[in-house]
Amino acid sequence: ENMAKNSLPARNRQIEQLTNLFGEKHHHTVESLYIYGHTGSGKSCVLNHVLVGNDLFHVVVNCIECYTTNLLFSTILEALSFEEGRIRCDNMNDFVRCLRKIVEEREVEETLYIVFENCERLRDKDPILLPALLNLKELTGLNLCAIFVSELPWEKFYNGTAIRDPYVMFFPDYSKDELVEVLCHLRPQETDLEFYKQYVGLVLSMFFFAFRDLRELRHLVEINFSFYEQPIVDGKLTKDDKHKLWKNIEPHLTSSLQKLLMREACNGRQSNEPELTESIKAYDLSKGNTVKSQNLVELPFYSKFLLISSYIASYNPSSTDRRFFLKHAGRMRKTARSMKKDDHKNCHLRGPHSFPLDRMMAIFYSIVDEVVPPSAGLFSQISSLVSLHLLAQLGQDQLDMPKYKCTVSLDFITAISKTVNFDVIRYLYDFV
Amino acid sequence: MNQVLLDAQSVLRNRLFGKETKCRQDIEKFQQDLKDLITRSVEYGESNSLLVIGSKGSGKTTLLKTTVDLLQKKLSKTLIIVRLNGYMQTDDRIALAEITRQLHLENTLGDKVFGSFSETLQFLLEALRGGSSHSSQPILFILEEFDLFTQHKNQTLLYNLFDLAMAGLTPLVVVGLTCRLDVIELMEKRVKSRFSHRQLYICNQWTAENYLQAFSNMLLLDAGFCKTAKHKSFLERWNANVVELSNNASVQDILKRQFSISKEMPSLQCLLVQPICKLNVNHQFITAADIADSARNVFSDPKANILHGVSVLELCLIIAMNHLTNIYAGESFNFHMVYNEFLKFTQKKLHILQKHNKPVVLKAFEHLMELELIKPKESTLSLASKLLKEYQPTILLLEEQQLKEAVYRYPGCPTELQQWLESSTV
Repeated sequence: ENMAKNSLPARNRQIEQLTNLFGEKHHHTVESLYIYGHTGSGKSCVLNHVLVGNDLFHVVVNCIECYTTNLLFSTILEALSFEEGRIRCDNMNDFVRCLRKIVEEREVEETLYIVFENCERLRDKDPILLPALLNLKELTGLNLCAIFVSELPWEKFYNGTAIRDPYVMFFPDYSKDELVEVLCHLRPQETDLEFYKQYVGLVLSMFFFAFRDLRELRHLVEINFSFYEQPIVDGKLTKDDKHKLWKNIEPHLTSSLQKLLMREACNGRQSNEPELTESIKAYDLSKGNTVKSQNLVELPFYSKFLLISSYIASYNPSSTDRRFFLKHAGRMRKTARSMKKDDHKNCHLRGPHSFPLDRMMAIFYSIVDEVVPPSAGLFSQISSLVSLHLLAQLGQDQLDMPKYKCTVSLDFITAISKTVNFDVIRYLYDFV
Repeated sequence: MNQVLLDAQSVLRNRLFGKETKCRQDIEKFQQDLKDLITRSVEYGESNSLLVIGSKGSGKTTLLKTTVDLLQKKLSKTLIIVRLNGYMQTDDRIALAEITRQLHLENTLGDKVFGSFSETLQFLLEALRGGSSHSSQPILFILEEFDLFTQHKNQTLLYNLFDLAMAGLTPLVVVGLTCRLDVIELMEKRVKSRFSHRQLYICNQWTAENYLQAFSNMLLLDAGFCKTAKHKSFLERWNANVVELSNNASVQDILKRQFSISKEMPSLQCLLVQPICKLNVNHQFITAADIADSARNVFSDPKANILHGVSVLELCLIIAMNHLTNIYAGESFNFHMVYNEFLKFTQKKLHILQKHNKPVVLKAFEHLMELELIKPKESTLSLASKLLKEYQPTILLLEEQQLKEAVYRYPGCPTELQQWLESSTV
């Protein structure tokens, strides 16, 4: 138990609670236990420590791995059985019988602990599976305890029928100080504790607001440490030059922050490619959100225009087409009604509208400079856009009047239109 | 001393975790009906059927178990018991196989072991019809989670069981346990007409005083515990402590609060798990503080617990969603609308969050989705909206009150956030 306490900082209370709850090896304990808390709050870790540390008779299954009920049953049985080979088990009745038989064969008096990790997945299976597992002790008549581990509060499991409530235990999130403690505990062995603590403090000061997931923080701390250490290894700075060390690490951290949780930063590669989307920087919605050329799909010339026209059709009200695409639209009279309409410039908030094929083609012909005869080739490009998932086709009607929606983002479309020298922003109602 | 304490803890643990079931004296009054029914069937060969209905944790299983245990000793003939459970026997084929197994008939079947459904059924029916009301051994069928059996195809099993009970051949008692009050309506007409319509409603008529009494009963050690002098002296001190505890005002408050949520046994047991498991040499008696500590765990709002662990960025998004929900009177919102609100706020008030770009905010949004604090509106799960997750209509699953409490409890919450939550505009 002491070992567990030392290797899992800031989780003493939970370790103690679990150890108390389980009691001696042969003690009966709660029929079912539900453990919840945020990702990375040490649920599985503490549970494993207590189960392994006290040498309790247990089996752990992950409900994501065991995606069918049969797989779940046979995984548990195979883990417990002495015999090698697969055990087939199709239903709850056989499961209970096999479980009884296996436990009797082993001749153990000890409590059996069955741990279901990510148990929120059990909700997707047979609706009576979860209540049955909660009742497993009563069903089998064995001395066992079913433990469910998940991120969600227990109330998310209620589904109408009377489900037996398990004993609920919460793993609280780590506070900032505890996070520092845990991260320092996980430091590379040869590093100096004080020095590392200071570094972790710096990292946390930047990231703590955005997320508190221990696993991500650990990853970030690990990948950036070499940058922090570099000047000292090179002999340029000493450990006391805190300010200079901060100046040195800051750009690295900022770049990690931009790519937070994206796991792009993992190879430490800095991309120096020219930004494609400078013209849209003024546009506040997409601020800082840049499309790198690696994400761009290379499309044929007409496809690009088709995509642009579909974007315009999706995000402009059809009543404004006259104003944008008619050569001699005349001056728009500003009536009280049209002024009021200006308030509804929120297509980029509400999402794309669907539009008929005709409208898109009309826009297409008016924005392409050359004369394009309608051909089968042109229309086949539309279906390839659909299969690329850049356009979404709505409804089943493919012959008469198909309807589409454009699914690309503003950044994407501005980048595309730049490659064909077309200023799409000028044609969008939200931005005039 | 150590051994005495361990013994005491074992006794209490057994009570708590269901090895002993002595803590419900009040269900004894329901026992009489059940006893009569089974006795008549054993002694006079009468067949019958009965439904025991009561909410979860009201002691249906306990009642049946104690009654059967009691009768087994008294009766002249042995009673054959077949136990079925709706959770285990999920269809009639499995149920028939299980009945055959429990009646030890699988050998008689010879090669045909668990052949086709109709073969097994026919075989079983013949076996059960073969007897007569006087010479045959009586059989007790216990069907737990009875309501689940009504979902089986054509309710074949129920039909045949009730039919046999009506036929007056082999004495047969069918007892169904369920927590559904509408269970009669779930049976098909032909099944319903064969059912005897005996129903036993178990309802807990405890008052708050009974609940307090049950609390003491649960903890008090009895004379059977006194094996040695040491045990005896411990028992006296322990029981004195329990009496003192049950008179403690704060403990009574907690119990009353729990009572007003649920007056069944499990709620009381749940409250006592932590204090009893916590006992050790340095902490030999349960204190009021233990109970209060346990109550804090039991009563804590799980959503508030989860909200305590989200990041400031995520909290900020939730507040934005709350505002949007208020503005559009409960209509759904999408990520872009939330992001727009978020930008307005961070530009004016909380600059520290400004450096997070859109993909990062989207990740935070998705994390909230994973935590099921928000969920996509069901009616819109079409292909197109799946492709456009940023525009997916979403609803917030939090009450404003919950959010307010969470923000006040949040460690190191920026004051700007609190103000933003209070005011409806940025």
